[in-house]
Amino acid sequence: MARKTTQTRTAVVTVAAWTIGLLIFFPILWIIILGFKSEGDAIKTPLAVLTSDWTLASYHEVQERSNYFLHFMNSVILSLGSTLLALVIAIPAAWSMAFVPGKRTKDLLMWMLSTKMMPAVGVLVPMYLMFRDFGLLDTRIGLVVVLTLINLPIVIWMLYTYFKEIPGEILEAARMDGANLRAEILHVLTPMAVPGIASTVLLNVILAWNEAFWTLQLTTSSAAPLTQFIASYSSPEGLFYAKLSAASTMAIAPILILGWFSQKQLVRGLTFGAVK
Amino acid sequence: MATEHSRTAARLMVSPAVILLFLWMIVPLAMTVYFSFLRYNLLMPGMESFTGFDNYYYFLSNSAFMDALVNTLLLVGGVLVITIFGGVALALLLDQPFKGQGIVRIMVIAPFFVMPTVSALVWKNMFMNPVNGMFAHIAKTFGFQPFDFLAHAPLASIILIVAWSWLPFSTLILLTALQSLDQEQMEAAEMDGASWMNRFIYLTVPHLTRSITVVILIQTIFLLSVFAEILVTTNGGPGTASTNIPYLVYAQSLLNYDVGGGSAGGIIAVILANIVAVFLMRMIGKNLET
Amino acid sequence: MGQITLSSVTKSFGDVTVIPPLDLRIEDGEFVVFVGPSGCGKSTLLRLIAGLEDTSSGKIAIDGTEATDLPPAKRGLAMVFQSYALYPHMSVRKNIAFPLKMAGLSPEIQAQKVEAAAKVLNLTSYLDRRPGQLSGGQRQRVAIGRAIVREPAAFLFDEPLSNLDASLRVSMRQEISELHQTLKTTMIYVTHDQVEAMTMADKIVVLQAGRIEQVGSPMELYRHPANLFVAGFIGSPKMNFITGAEAAQQGCTTLGVRPEHIDVVEGGPWQGTVGLAEHLGSDTFLKVNVAGVGDLTVRVSGERMLRHGDPVSLAPQPGKLYRFGADGKALA
Ligand SMILES: Nc1ncnc2c1ncn2[C@@H]1O[C@H](COP(=O)(O)OP(=O)(O)OP(=O)(O)O)[C@@H](O)[C@H]1O
Ligand SMILES: [Mg+2]
Repeated sequence: MARKTTQTRTAVVTVAAWTIGLLIFFPILWIIILGFKSEGDAIKTPLAVLTSDWTLASYHEVQERSNYFLHFMNSVILSLGSTLLALVIAIPAAWSMAFVPGKRTKDLLMWMLSTKMMPAVGVLVPMYLMFRDFGLLDTRIGLVVVLTLINLPIVIWMLYTYFKEIPGEILEAARMDGANLRAEILHVLTPMAVPGIASTVLLNVILAWNEAFWTLQLTTSSAAPLTQFIASYSSPEGLFYAKLSAASTMAIAPILILGWFSQKQLVRGLTFGAVK
Repeated sequence: MATEHSRTAARLMVSPAVILLFLWMIVPLAMTVYFSFLRYNLLMPGMESFTGFDNYYYFLSNSAFMDALVNTLLLVGGVLVITIFGGVALALLLDQPFKGQGIVRIMVIAPFFVMPTVSALVWKNMFMNPVNGMFAHIAKTFGFQPFDFLAHAPLASIILIVAWSWLPFSTLILLTALQSLDQEQMEAAEMDGASWMNRFIYLTVPHLTRSITVVILIQTIFLLSVFAEILVTTNGGPGTASTNIPYLVYAQSLLNYDVGGGSAGGIIAVILANIVAVFLMRMIGKNLET
Repeated sequence: MGQITLSSVTKSFGDVTVIPPLDLRIEDGEFVVFVGPSGCGKSTLLRLIAGLEDTSSGKIAIDGTEATDLPPAKRGLAMVFQSYALYPHMSVRKNIAFPLKMAGLSPEIQAQKVEAAAKVLNLTSYLDRRPGQLSGGQRQRVAIGRAIVREPAAFLFDEPLSNLDASLRVSMRQEISELHQTLKTTMIYVTHDQVEAMTMADKIVVLQAGRIEQVGSPMELYRHPANLFVAGFIGSPKMNFITGAEAAQQGCTTLGVRPEHIDVVEGGPWQGTVGLAEHLGSDTFLKVNVAGVGDLTVRVSGERMLRHGDPVSLAPQPGKLYRFGADGKALA
């Protein structure tokens, strides 16, 4: 009797979960489908769309007409560049706080976190003016710096929580073995923390890739990443469903794939270790 | 674990991060404060003059500010209500054993990875467009007049779009929290004769409370600065119907070239965010001790 | 070489003084064991010598050279940690070679020394495994291997055997003793196990609350404990302490007698009944309640079949009574 209820229950749960899952996922599924349709077919009724012919035309056109590749590369450079730069600054900082904690370490960590709470609009005007005056508007280097700074607190926090799990005795052993600080961090700590560092990189690439305040404010064309490129489709003359869908699919696909690999780390990173 | 050598090294190694974050936090913010006391228009360079609290006065007394404030609160509140209730329900559902758990989980999480400009444009064009959008097609199939979402219910539409992006976040975190619920405790309660309802109220809910608080606080931080979704869907309109504070600041400073007014708005946004941040920091700080 | 001198060394963590001023001289080639109850500062003292902690005041010299401010890497000492602290991402070979690599030795010499150490420690067939794929005893050996390749002035061990099971502990104990015999290098060994201390040490340093209670060879400490603390700490089962009239009669505050120095004989001075008898096979430990004296632990031969409730008569062996004054110090 108990087993029977369990079976029906599993069936009900399965149906409910799949229905809801598909509903939530549907918009993404839909643009993937529309990307493979012609412009004419893409605006038909849903059923007509599904039964129409499949084509790669939109993908070709996006590539040819809009310099998609440049923006894709910009996204790659901005997200990887800012993440790596943040790592270089954050690894020594996280080492210090995790392995040589002082009375103020906790306050320092909290303060770092608090910089993340500052709303971007609060500094929009001066940032814009500084970028303008230093000729940094629409440059990759300027944006890499900004993205590094906005993600730095998260990078430090994530690394800190991972480093905390490494026993300090191992680093002391390295010290006894004659390793200087550089060797200790490079040959012992970093290789041991590879899984943690990898998750940190993953989460930050995702955050930087999808960042849509500074990338929209500070770039226009030559340094514009995919967020800005897609936003340019919002102007009426650029509104073509199939092409927009193809471009969107290409813009979100890499991160969708990365994201699926990082579900666990995502929770830990985004809650600053408050939920594991 | 610490000798004077290592403490000195530690101070040296933490300082680049501290200095950079300090500069990042202080320099632009100080400039914003400074600008907020100036009459400063980008179209009239060199004409800056000190105006005291005028910018604040004009910004706060402008009816657009009240609209934006209300819209900001509605946006944050609306999205929170949807994502918390939806998130708890979804987490409870996905925590049950069923076939294809992994795939469904992936589908539910996916929207979080979609960049804001994409999600906004997709909803705006493919779904909410009154001529070719999916909702219009469905309405016509059933013989109804298509509804122009972004023209007639702009804020609600944006809330829907943003909630879609954030629902995965709350679901994922609450699911993680649910999975860390002590199974033995549940079984003990079952042995003690607690019904499903009682177990939910007395064990599950208290266990989730902390995670829900974390979700609320973190989302609030991000939701207070929603920008891209508004920029690509409604441009804050019609009128100020979907303008929130970040968008208002942007419009004031970079569309109307009023740097002084925009800066005053920015400072107000910072103050609002800090009120939330104080709660969030307490929460995370408490957690650091355990 | 490996002669270590501590002069008036102190250590405080904030307001808490863990080591009050302490002097100690460790001779070259000695096997010195620090024993004491948990929290008495054994590890702290070892880490001060290692350079992993700064002294609050005082001086440490290694082979006559001032080393107080030298970083650990420059002191020429090697340490084996309780948790082994192996590098989990490196093979056994790389683990052992790490100090050599840090010293900038050529790969050929590194390989040569690793092979030699592996042979000594029976690790040759495990060289390409990761630490995670080794048993506790093997990990321990790798940690020792990593220490010996450096040819340090002294080895520091912090409770290296406490994570091993009882039988492995005995055999590793012997291996370390043999290693000391072969290398003849100074070893400083921390433990709270007095059996390890008695069996391994040339010299035992008994610590309590950061203070040295007594320094001496194992038998010296056993025969002539300087005070109640050492008397109670060295020897197993613990020495019996008798106070009251019986002690006063002997002109002391506390009278001590070891369980192995009490005989069960007809007509002894102490009459009692057996409370508990623990038969270990070779020995039997009796807990005897003696009127006017209290509970005494007595070691008798395993052949004696005494049980709960049996009346016995006890006599301490002549000349094996320890007398302690009111301050706890041994009386002559
Ligand atoms: N970093 C530290 N900060 C503050 N107090 C410390 C620190 N390290 C050790 N102590 C204190 O110093 C005292 C001695 O500690 P230590 O680790 O040397 O003891 P131990 O003799 O090795 O004990 P055990 O046998 O349990 O390992 C303890 O009371 C401990 O609480
Ligand atoms: Mg210890």
